[in-house]
Amino acid sequence: MSALVQLVDVSKRYEGAPALHSTNLTVERSKTTVLIGPSGCGKSTLLRLIIGLTAPDSGTISFDGSRITQANIDTLRHRIGYVIQEGGLFPHLTARANILLMARHLGKSPEEMRTRLVELCELTRFSNNLLSRYPIELSGGQRQRVSLMRALMLSPELLLLDEPLGALDPLVRASLQKDLKEIFARLRQTALLVTHDLAEAAYFGDGIVLMNGGRIVQQGSINDLRERPVDPFVSEFINAQRTLAEI
Amino acid sequence: MIWCCASRNDGFPVRQSDGLVRWRAVKKTRRLASRRSLIAVLLFLGVACAHAQPIVIGSKKFTESYVLGEIAKHTLNDAGISAEHRQGMGGTIILWQALQGAQIDAYPEYTGTIAQEVLKTDRVLSLNEIRDALTKFGVGITEPLGFNNTYALVMRRSEAQRLGLRTISDLRNHPELKFGLTHEFLDRHDGWQPLRARYGLPQQNVIGIDHALGYSALASGSIDVKDAYSTDAKIGEYDLVTLEDDLQFFPRYDAVFLYRLALPAPAIAALRKLQGALDEKRMIRLNAEAERTKNYTRAANLFFEGDRASTIAPGETFFHKLKRWTLRHLELAGISLVLSVIVGVPLGILASRGGTIGQAILGFAGVMQTIPSLALLALLVPLPFFGISVRTAITALFLYGLLPIVRNTATGLQDIPRALRESAIALGLRPMARLWQIYLPMASRSILAGIKTSAVINIGTATLAALIGAGGLGEPILSGLNLNDHATILQGAIPAALLALLVQWLFDLLDRVVIPKGLRL
Repeated sequence: MSALVQLVDVSKRYEGAPALHSTNLTVERSKTTVLIGPSGCGKSTLLRLIIGLTAPDSGTISFDGSRITQANIDTLRHRIGYVIQEGGLFPHLTARANILLMARHLGKSPEEMRTRLVELCELTRFSNNLLSRYPIELSGGQRQRVSLMRALMLSPELLLLDEPLGALDPLVRASLQKDLKEIFARLRQTALLVTHDLAEAAYFGDGIVLMNGGRIVQQGSINDLRERPVDPFVSEFINAQRTLAEI
Repeated sequence: MIWCCASRNDGFPVRQSDGLVRWRAVKKTRRLASRRSLIAVLLFLGVACAHAQPIVIGSKKFTESYVLGEIAKHTLNDAGISAEHRQGMGGTIILWQALQGAQIDAYPEYTGTIAQEVLKTDRVLSLNEIRDALTKFGVGITEPLGFNNTYALVMRRSEAQRLGLRTISDLRNHPELKFGLTHEFLDRHDGWQPLRARYGLPQQNVIGIDHALGYSALASGSIDVKDAYSTDAKIGEYDLVTLEDDLQFFPRYDAVFLYRLALPAPAIAALRKLQGALDEKRMIRLNAEAERTKNYTRAANLFFEGDRASTIAPGETFFHKLKRWTLRHLELAGISLVLSVIVGVPLGILASRGGTIGQAILGFAGVMQTIPSLALLALLVPLPFFGISVRTAITALFLYGLLPIVRNTATGLQDIPRALRESAIALGLRPMARLWQIYLPMASRSILAGIKTSAVINIGTATLAALIGAGGLGEPILSGLNLNDHATILQGAIPAALLALLVQWLFDLLDRVVIPKGLRL
């Protein structure tokens, strides 16, 4: 068991207001780590720091043992997949072009790309026929599958998912959750997933990281959080998300 | 005498000479001839090659100046010297500056104007005094051509008879009369203000009006008195009377040619042949012929009739002219648009990043747009590189077309959602790849809309290029305005409007090609 990503004393302020206090975090290989917490707790900021969309004010972030800097971030990004809530697909490109964008940019061979595309469609249960459609012609769930394929195209070591299922209706969401979990297991994918839904966190998480006000409050399994809360906020957060059975 | 609206709409060229085309043809013929014999080569070198470019004759924006310009061109051609005529370039100052800047080589002028407007003196100067003064500027002057075209105030004959007016002094008793004066006359040192002071004229109702439009205004009774010049064919045509200058206020306006002293001797000699060759009666006849036929070349040919067979080609057909105007119009609008795109899109990309530079770029383009197009042309003309040329027109149109493209490029890029912008970065695309593959295609609709706006504006504004002799469909419009001839105006206005519609339609087609399908669904 080794760490793929390591954050040491990383902090970030936006226009003077702290978004992330000094934070340490380790993302283990082949595990799904879930970041959870209320809006504005700093969970998305953490993801953005790892992919280099924003730079930390202090501390270091390392990926596979080497420190992430401005110089190596572009290369490292090819080893990281990134999926966001609305999919982030480029509207002027077809599903296929979106998925192949980076592979083409890096000059991969057509056969290699074709093979990989077939694999990915099978993996994400996406119909081949839809590949030539534009994002606007796809449903929300289909768009997320395309976005996932785009993120997985280069077989990244790390997959970052920022509320990937947040905008989907419950049925689509449930089926995608199931597919995602299978995919992670099948690929032994290291994933860091942001959500604000505790059930989703419990469903995916090998480890759950609960955040609040720019700090990590507690790390552990769902049972750790439920049974051994380190402070009242943990209990409050868990109790706030009641299940249908409790009503 | 100068009858141009001095500052606002200097120089309405009637139709640009097809001199350049003809000049090339002449040169070609000469080249063939030169192969035949050494003598021809030597002659050619001696006569024409001393001045490799054709001699450029300028003229002001009124009939007589056009006719004199054509006569000079014809005379030079007859002497075996290639010459072109830039018609109706503007008022005195524009022509004088163009002469100084060597954009033109010669133009017809009047002694009174030279003293007052060029040498800025109120004294009456002898021809020798004028010649000495002009030498300092590197400018020469011919002897008078033979007629004195002085200023006059004119009225409708019926009105003058009704009020019993005969002299300018008689106007003192009629303060209710409305004056419509050309802008140049209003501003001249020997124009309206000193005239009013000398005669003690009480009239308050004085407006500035274009010379040609002024005649219609006079005929329709919108104004009662206007300025004119004594050889003006319209005086007879509109049944007007000239009020006698009983206090001898107006100086003599003997017609002469001004030319650059640097011109080759044969060219100067040819111009000097016109000295004393034109009396007042003959000039009035030529002016009347020009106004009647609306063809200055034909009027100028009258002058040469009987001397020898005319070497001037017959007038162009309408469709040939229309083709020439349209092609030039497209050239002006097209080149300027391409430049606007080449410069505007990168500026828009820079501006989209915001900050001080972005603000500065948008500010600059915005200011360019607020300068009236006429003023922008007028501002460019005195600059060394520009002057009276196609270059100036294209530059002005280019500056005009910049803002819509810069602004639409900037907003198109800024409107790309942050999530998509970041997705492109997170994928690991290099900055240039992000720009070309993601940002610009996504902003293409907005950028293309900006280019379309610029194109349509340019087609319209390019009509003003005719003001500085750059040609295009503005030529018949301005010519028609000058001749007060609506049919001629429409010859330019209708094709210009159709062209704008056509361009709009072509861009709508282009939308389907350029804007990615995914953005059009």
